[in-house]
Amino acid sequence: MPDLLGLLSYGTFFLVFVTIYGLVVLGLNLQWGFTGLFNVGVAGFVAIGAYTSALLTAPDYPDQIGGLALPIPLGWLGAMVTSGLAAFIVGVAALRLRHDYLAITTFGIAVTLQLVALNAQSLTGGPFGLQFIPKPFADVIADNLAWNLAYLAMAATLLGLSYVALERLVRSPWGRVLRAIREDETAAESLGKRAFRFRLQAFVIGCMLMGLGGALYAHFVGYIAPEDFLPILTFQLWTMLIVGGSGNNRGAVLGAVVVWALWTLSGNVLRELVPAEHQARAATLQVVLIGLLLMLILMVRPRGLLGEEAVVSRHMKDSAGEVQEE
Amino acid sequence: MLQLIADGFVIGSVIALGAIGVTLVYSILRFANFAHGELLTWGAYLAWTALLGFAAVWGPMEPLGPFSFGWTLLASLGVAAIATAALALLVDLLLFRQLRRHGSAITLIMASFGAALVLRNLLQFIFGAVPEYYSREIQVAIRLVPRDVLGGLRITPDQLFVLGLTAVSVVGLHLFLTRTTLGKAMRATSINPQLARVTGIDVDRVIRATWIIGAVLAAVAGVFSGLTVQLRPQLGLDLLLPLFAAAILGGIGSVYGAVAGGLIVGLAESLSVPIVGAEYRAATAFIVLIAILLIRPTGLFGERP
Repeated sequence: MPDLLGLLSYGTFFLVFVTIYGLVVLGLNLQWGFTGLFNVGVAGFVAIGAYTSALLTAPDYPDQIGGLALPIPLGWLGAMVTSGLAAFIVGVAALRLRHDYLAITTFGIAVTLQLVALNAQSLTGGPFGLQFIPKPFADVIADNLAWNLAYLAMAATLLGLSYVALERLVRSPWGRVLRAIREDETAAESLGKRAFRFRLQAFVIGCMLMGLGGALYAHFVGYIAPEDFLPILTFQLWTMLIVGGSGNNRGAVLGAVVVWALWTLSGNVLRELVPAEHQARAATLQVVLIGLLLMLILMVRPRGLLGEEAVVSRHMKDSAGEVQEE
Repeated sequence: MLQLIADGFVIGSVIALGAIGVTLVYSILRFANFAHGELLTWGAYLAWTALLGFAAVWGPMEPLGPFSFGWTLLASLGVAAIATAALALLVDLLLFRQLRRHGSAITLIMASFGAALVLRNLLQFIFGAVPEYYSREIQVAIRLVPRDVLGGLRITPDQLFVLGLTAVSVVGLHLFLTRTTLGKAMRATSINPQLARVTGIDVDRVIRATWIIGAVLAAVAGVFSGLTVQLRPQLGLDLLLPLFAAAILGGIGSVYGAVAGGLIVGLAESLSVPIVGAEYRAATAFIVLIAILLIRPTGLFGERP
């Protein structure tokens, strides 16, 4: 049955992307949903991860730095380290100030990284990007669909692990401090919690997840270029978080599914309806539609599909009912 | 050297005019408006549309004296300024006003980020992605300083026009903010919104005035950018980082700071070209931004961090 196989193949492809986006949105949720940090440069941090992992693991590139042919897990680890490092530098500069400054600074680093990706030929391959990024197990699993399924299983495992780890983190005392800072920084400071440190930690961990997401993307597609990491990516990821419900890890993953489904669906519809010569133009309408969706959600249902849980501590579970009645 | 400084001042004028809008919105409406760059782009394209309209009625424009453009461009600039102000008021009415009622400042930033993407893609849908020009006339640059003095200096009449009109706009805004009641009300609201409301200042009127001034200056800056470089849908997006850097460098809320910041960022961009190459000139604004945040986050003339 070729149709069923085609559907399975398409579904796997779709789900791998959802898993990768889900991972990045989890990182964004830690920053925005739990700590109230507004990161406008998500695409930049994803790009750092993708490029780092590619440069560490790919075979030697002629006329270029990088291509160390290291094992793939080392590439992923490297991706998290460099993204975290970039986040640390940005965080130190901007996190002591009002939250608008973080938004502006992260926007700045994304713009700058885009320039580096486009122009630093000897490192990033310039506009042509990096090719021949190794695919894990590609020499063992020859069949394309089987490999996609294997990659999906691996990415889903990483997503699951990150989800469990984040759920434990935000339910820990550390996670409660993050929310306390988000709600009332002065009160948290007066209880002896150094807001700047907690913010920096949350920001760096969130960006490390974004870097890992970028690395997973690079090794799945096998090819990266600057245009994969434009501001539109940041915007899609933000829409996923807001639609799903910020402050809720399940919401973050759900948002990735819903928004990516809407995005691919609307893309397919436009491809079917619009003649080939107008497609570039029609693609801009797709962005307009998703943008309107985000603004509508912000105005009508700012909690998203799944809102934040009022009580996260298991010690409070018994009295949770009373709290919600208030 | 002299040439780089002059070029820096021309870019700096565009950045300064845009940064005034950013700093006014930031200090009065209290959020960083990521959609401000799109006002520049829309201003530039609206002027281009008006120019085509004038050309259809009165025929192609005759260049005015040494300039590359005729009086119809000046008229188009006026039309674009009014239309851009209307656009800013419309976005405020549909989006920001709704969120101001029950949202936090951070929701406003996010909404402005979404509005920027919608406005930019809408513009690209209407006008297409191909670069456009106001005039195809070729201008002869005037040599102000001979080549053997510090590398010499040549400047086109259009660039002189940009510098002149920027100076006129800044002086005009200064007089408005210091001499008129509405201008004083704006400054009062920026310093203390609660107190301003208590003393009977109509805050809604102040907000409208803020959008109008920001949008008019943005339209002028957009047309200048189109005149000295070219019209592209990414025009505003590429200028957004320099605008923010200039507003923060000057100190949030300070109009003169924004002007000084704009000129400094413009100079820094221009002077960095021989060092890092033209392709990285946009990154210069980011270096300036990081430096000012680390050294003096209140900016040159600001009081509030």
